[in-house]
Amino acid sequence: MANYSTSEFRSGLKVMLDGEPCSILENEFVKPGKGQAFNRVRLRNLNSGRVWDRTFKSGESLEAADVMDTEMEYLYNDGEFYHFMDPNTFEQVQADLKAVADTGLWLKEQDKCTVTLYNGAPLSVTPANFVELEITETDPGLKGDTAQGGTKPATLSTGATVKVPLFINQGEIIKVDTRSGEYVSRVKS
Amino acid sequence: MVRDWRPGASQPALVARARMLEKTRRFFKRLEVLEVDTPLLAATAASDPHLDALSLETGNGVGYLQTSPEHALKRLVAAGSGPVYQLGKAFRAAENGNRHNHEFTMLEWYRPKFTLSKMIAETVDLLSALLGKRDVRKVSYRQLFESAFDFDPHRVSDRELQTVAQELAQRSVRDLDRDDLLNLLMAMKIEPNLGAGEFTVVTEWPASQAALAEVGRDKADNPVALRFEIYADGYELANGYDELRSAGALRRRYQQDCERRRALGKALPPLDTRLLDAMASGLPQCCGVAVGFDRLLMIQLGATSIDEVLAFSAARI
Repeated sequence: MANYSTSEFRSGLKVMLDGEPCSILENEFVKPGKGQAFNRVRLRNLNSGRVWDRTFKSGESLEAADVMDTEMEYLYNDGEFYHFMDPNTFEQVQADLKAVADTGLWLKEQDKCTVTLYNGAPLSVTPANFVELEITETDPGLKGDTAQGGTKPATLSTGATVKVPLFINQGEIIKVDTRSGEYVSRVKS
Repeated sequence: MVRDWRPGASQPALVARARMLEKTRRFFKRLEVLEVDTPLLAATAASDPHLDALSLETGNGVGYLQTSPEHALKRLVAAGSGPVYQLGKAFRAAENGNRHNHEFTMLEWYRPKFTLSKMIAETVDLLSALLGKRDVRKVSYRQLFESAFDFDPHRVSDRELQTVAQELAQRSVRDLDRDDLLNLLMAMKIEPNLGAGEFTVVTEWPASQAALAEVGRDKADNPVALRFEIYADGYELANGYDELRSAGALRRRYQQDCERRRALGKALPPLDTRLLDAMASGLPQCCGVAVGFDRLLMIQLGATSIDEVLAFSAARI
């Protein structure tokens, strides 16, 4: 793999540190007076999710991590693994619960999502920013109450619970922002 | 890299720069300090171990873009110019970040017959004229380390220094020498808090960080550089010296710098024999200060990146 020097460190760059794949979050060049220059770097360990702060001498380098974000289609969950397919190559990968984590709450079969592969195996799964899901359970809608505020909980087909306006009914399809977990709009069928 | 043809500086930032350049020139005109314009391209460069000059082929040998106008200004002073200043560009290889740009604007001036405390006072006057008045606090390098780390930076053992630095940097520090370790602690723990709403003047630097300043003794009889730095809002703004005058001492410091550069695997710029000759012919006692002009604008405008005060920073060229 290639090596990246501190001057090439950018947010989002994937590198190996202490044998762990990491994503660079921040990189600050510091140089006091006429002294040695340093880079203060903040990284996320992609295995554990932990954030690390490390200081490097400017000009030091790290090996690139074989980490790739790939757009894939979610196929099904067999109880132990989630299965995904690359729609271009039809290649399939399986991700365990640790890699999928809370993303499982937004995955509907045949939906697109981003699978982060490390050495070819799924490290994490990120849902699309917006997903459209069916409401499987919520209190009956209140007619005429379309303008007033007020929300109620609704359970979606994937198991996620979101707050929806009072006029929304069971069986309807809604659009949800997966980054905030918030209701966006009703989807006309 | 930013793929954008537009400038990093907003129109008001461009105007603020023009005004500050004007104000600076007015300040020195009033004090009858002469503006001079010395070459940016020269056959030698500063030898400081951690300053790297950009070099290029001139068609007549290798030339170096100056990391500051220090050598040329001292030759003028030695030739009897009286007080002089230069307000222009300087270049430092591989220095790019939120507070650094490899090509930047530097203000540097020299005052024959000034004591270091008189030079500090004049520098504070300039900063006040450009940034507004602030309280001034004077503190020694030793006091800073004593309050931040509870040890005397001139006497602390290498081992204790390594332990503290390793903990702070979360890395092995075996490849760093004593000054690197002190610089690391300074950069990470001390500098960010210096000059909060005031001008903090830091004096009595370790003799090993004297560069081209004279060396004296502090009250505890530690050898210290007759050097000061002024900080505001966590920014290092000004670096001043009671200038080294002995040609023999200059030669010895050049040799030391070369040894450190060699250990770091860096190229050795040739000794500036013209500066050596100038000092041998008699450089009057004088003080000199260099100010990072772009950082003054950053403070004035509340910018978080130097890109906001430059027409086109390194990311846009």
